[in-house]
Amino acid sequence: MAKRIDVSGLSAYYGAHKAIDDISMTVEPRSVTAFIGPSGCGKSTFLRTLNRMHEVTPGGRVEGKVMLDDENLYGSHVDPVAVRRTVGMVFQRPNPFPTMSIFDNVAAGLRLNGKYKKSQLSEIVERSLKGANLWNEVKDRLNKPGSGLSGGQQQRLCIARAIAVEPDVLLMDEPCSALDPISTLAIEDLIGELKERFTIVIVTHNMQQAARVSDRTAFFNLAAVGQPGKLIELDDTERIFSNPSVQATEDYISGRFG
Amino acid sequence: MSHNAIQDRPPVTTTTAVKHDPLRHARLPRWTPFAVAVGSITAAVGLGLAAGWHSRIQWGLVAATFFVLATYVITTKVEGSRQAKDRVATSLVWVCFILAVVPLLSLAWVTISKGLEVLDPYFLTHSMNGVLDAEAGGGVYHALLGTIEQVGIATLIAAPIGLLTAVYLVEYGGGKLSQAVTFFVDVMTGIPSIVAGLFILATWNLMLGFGPSGFAGAMALAILMMPVVVRSTEEMLKLVPNELREASLALGIPKWRTILKVVLPTAIGGITTGVMLAVARITGETAPVLLLVFGTKLINPNPFEGAQSSLPLYVYEQYAVGTDAAVARAWAAALVLIAFVMILNLVARGIARWKAPKTGR
Amino acid sequence: MVTTTPPIRNSRRAEGASRPGDKVFLGLSRGSGITLLVIMAAIAVFLTYRAVLAISQDSTNFLTTSEWNPAGQPPVFGIAVLAFGTVVSSIIAMVIAVPVAIGIALFISHYAPRKLAKPLAYVVDLLAAVPSIIYGLWGAIFLVPYLGGLNKWLDDYMGWTYIFDKSSDGVARSLFTVGILLAIMILPIITNVTREVFLQVPKMHEEAALALGATRWEVIRMSVLPFGRSGIISASMLGLGRALGETMAVAVVLSPSFVISGHLLDPGGGTFAQNIAAKFNEANEFGRDALIASGLVLFVITLLVNGAARWIIGRRKEYSGAAA
Repeated sequence: MAKRIDVSGLSAYYGAHKAIDDISMTVEPRSVTAFIGPSGCGKSTFLRTLNRMHEVTPGGRVEGKVMLDDENLYGSHVDPVAVRRTVGMVFQRPNPFPTMSIFDNVAAGLRLNGKYKKSQLSEIVERSLKGANLWNEVKDRLNKPGSGLSGGQQQRLCIARAIAVEPDVLLMDEPCSALDPISTLAIEDLIGELKERFTIVIVTHNMQQAARVSDRTAFFNLAAVGQPGKLIELDDTERIFSNPSVQATEDYISGRFG
Repeated sequence: MSHNAIQDRPPVTTTTAVKHDPLRHARLPRWTPFAVAVGSITAAVGLGLAAGWHSRIQWGLVAATFFVLATYVITTKVEGSRQAKDRVATSLVWVCFILAVVPLLSLAWVTISKGLEVLDPYFLTHSMNGVLDAEAGGGVYHALLGTIEQVGIATLIAAPIGLLTAVYLVEYGGGKLSQAVTFFVDVMTGIPSIVAGLFILATWNLMLGFGPSGFAGAMALAILMMPVVVRSTEEMLKLVPNELREASLALGIPKWRTILKVVLPTAIGGITTGVMLAVARITGETAPVLLLVFGTKLINPNPFEGAQSSLPLYVYEQYAVGTDAAVARAWAAALVLIAFVMILNLVARGIARWKAPKTGR
Repeated sequence: MVTTTPPIRNSRRAEGASRPGDKVFLGLSRGSGITLLVIMAAIAVFLTYRAVLAISQDSTNFLTTSEWNPAGQPPVFGIAVLAFGTVVSSIIAMVIAVPVAIGIALFISHYAPRKLAKPLAYVVDLLAAVPSIIYGLWGAIFLVPYLGGLNKWLDDYMGWTYIFDKSSDGVARSLFTVGILLAIMILPIITNVTREVFLQVPKMHEEAALALGATRWEVIRMSVLPFGRSGIISASMLGLGRALGETMAVAVVLSPSFVISGHLLDPGGGTFAQNIAAKFNEANEFGRDALIASGLVLFVITLLVNGAARWIIGRRKEYSGAAA
C-alpha cells in the first residue's frame, strides 16, 4: 500500500516562470509529512507535481524525477492518468461532484477503474465512508446529493472518495482552510488514523496544525517575490519546531516574517 | 526496472479488493492521430475515385468515419478500452470542428470571391432604375439607403425604450410589474421575425390602411430589436457595483441623477456594444422587410411614403430573378451586407473590450 | 450569468416620489416597460383577431387540411403541410446541429490549443451574426448541387429506410437540404451559449475528476456535461426557436409543394415562415389574413418551445451545482 516518495532535482514552471527550483526530498511511507512556508513559496505547486496535476494547468511543465518506490512518475511510458489514480488528492475547498449522490461520489473513482458488482461497490463505499469517519452521519441518506452536506462533511466525503480507490499516497492541499475549527479537528483526527495505511503529504498554512498532525515537516521559502520557491529544510516535526537548523525556518516559525 | 511491485500488490486486508492498473502500459506514439488521419483520407479518396462518387461531402464523411473507427480499433488493441474511449471522444470533437468549419469557410469564401466580381464604386452609388433583369450593371445604392434609414428609425424607437426598460428592471425592479416585463422580454426574444412583420402588417397596413413604407419595416425591426437591447443593457447595469450607487446616494444626489451621472456612464461601453450588436442583427432581417417595405428599383429617400428597398431584400429579389447578371448582383449585395454587419460587430466588440467595466469577468 | 449586484429594492418609496426629477424618470422607465407589455399584448390580440377573421371563412379544417387556396370559392386552406415541414426540417436541423455544436464547444473550451481557441471563439461569435439571407443564397447556389451526390448515395444505400427513398428526380431542394442548411445556421448560436456554460464549469470539479485518475473524456463526462446540461438544453431551444421561425433561407432553398411526403429527399413540402414569404405578394387582403393565421400558429409553437426551455432550466437550477 503505502509507498516511499523520492524526489530528486525537481523544478516546475508556469510557462517561462519557474515556480519551484531543484527540490530533492524523501517522503517516508506510513507517515504524515507537512509542507509549510509563506504564500507563493511553491508548496502547493510542488504537491501537485507529485501526482502530475501540475501539468494540467496551461503552461505547466516539470523537470526532474519523482520515484514512487522504484517507478519514476515522469518516466516516458508512465500514464499520468494512472499516476493520479495511484496518488490521491484532496483539495483546499471541498469539491464533491454536485450532480452525484453521496454514494456515487464515493464510487466515482471505482467506476472509472473497473467493473464491480453492486454489492462489492456498496461494501467498498461503506468501508471508505467509515474510513473517513463519515459513515454514521450519512448512512441513511446515501442517495442524497453530496452538495447538501456541511463543509466539513463534504471534505470528509472527498477524503472517502480519494481513499475508495486505495491509493498509495494521499496528497492534501490545505484541506482545512475552508473549514470551521470543529470540522478541522475532525479532519486532523482522521489524518492521524489514515497514516496507518497511507503515505500522507499535507500542505498547510497553519503551523499549529503542522505541529499537531505531522511526523515530518518541510519548510519552503522564496528569496523574493517572483523568484522560484526552494526547499529550505526537511526534518522531524519536533526538531523543526524546537530547534531548526536554518535561521530562516526559525524566523518563520517564531512569526518574524510570513 | 521492475514494476512488479506495482502490479503484484499484496491483497488488501478487506474482503473486496480494489482493482489497480499498472502505472505504465503500452502507449501509442504521438504521431498516431496524424498517421490515422492521413490513412483515412487516403482510403476515402481512393474509395471515392474507385466508386465514382461526385460529392466531396461524401468523401469527407467517409474519411471522418474511417478515422473514428480506426482510432477506436487501434487504441483498444494497444492501450485498452478507457483510453480508446478517450481518443474516440477527442477524434469526434475534432471531426465536429472540421465538419463545421468547412461549410462556414466555404460560405465566407464564396461570398467574398463572388461578391468582389461585381462590387465597385459604381455598384455602391447607383440604383436599379431602368436596368433590365438580364442586363449587367445597376447597383445597390437605393437598397443601402433604405437599410440605413429603416435600421436608423428602428434604433431610434427601440434603443430608448429598451434602455429605459432595462433601467426600470435593474434600478426600480422587484415588483410584480418588473417580473411581468422580464418574462415578456424573454418571450419577445423568441418571436420569429416574420411574425413581427405580420403584426405590423395586420395593424398598420391592413387595419389602418397604410401602404408599404420604410417606416412600417422599421417598426417591425424595432420589435425585434427591443428585447435584445433590454437583455444586454440589463446585464451591463447589473455589473455596476452597488457601492457606486450607494456612494452617490449617500452624497445626497437624487436617484435619477445617480442613474444618469453614475450608473449609466459606468456601463456605457457595454450598453453601446449591446445596442450595436442588436443593430447588426436587425440589419440582416429580410422577412419583415419583404412584407412591409415591399422593394423597388428606384431611389426613394422618404421612409414614410412609398416602397423602399433594403440590402437583404435586394439580395433576395436579385436571386429570385435568377439571371446570371442578377445572381452576380445578389452576391455583391450579400458582400456589402455582410461587410456592414461585420464592421458593426467588430466595432461593437472593440468598444466592449476598450470600455469594459473593471468588475467584468 | 453574472449577477454581482442585486437590484436595489424598496428604494422606490424611500426617495422616489418626492422630487420631480425622480418622478419623471421613474415614470419614463416604467412607461417603457409597460410599452413593451402593450406591444406583446397587441401582437397576440391583433394576430388572433385577423386569424379568426380568416379561419371563420375557411371552408375546411384549418389544422388538418393540406391545401392553400384562400382565393378559391369557397376558400380552402390549412396548415398540415406547413406544420409537418416546419417540424421535420427543425428536427433534422437539431439532430445534426446539437451534437456538432456540443463538439465544437468542447473543442473550444477543452481540446483546442489555447492559441487556436480564442480566435476560434471569436469567429464563431461573428458567424452567429451572418444574416440568414446570405446562408440562403449560399445554400441555394452551393449546397444544393453539392448535396445531389449525397442524396443519391443515401437513396442507393439507405433507401430501404423509406425516409431516404428518393422517389422523384430533381435537384435537392428538399426538406432534408433545408434541415442541413438550418443546422449550419443555428450551429454558431448553440455553440456560443454551450461554450460559455462549459467555460463556467468550476475548475475544482474538473480537478476532482482528474485527481481520481479520469481521462480527459471522463472528466468531461463526470463534471463538464452534468454541470452544463441545462445550458445545453437552453442553447438547443434557442437554436430550435431560430430554426422554426427561419424564413428567407428556407424560402430560397426549398422548392415548395403542398404535399406531405415522408420521403425527405424529395423536393417539396413547406414551412410556416417560408409559405408566408412565398405567398405574400400574390395574396389579396383575405389571403394575407390566412397567412397571418398560419403565422399565429408559428408564434404559438415558438412560445411553447421557449416556455419549455425556461421551465427545464428553472427546474434544473437546484442541481446545476452553482450553489455547491
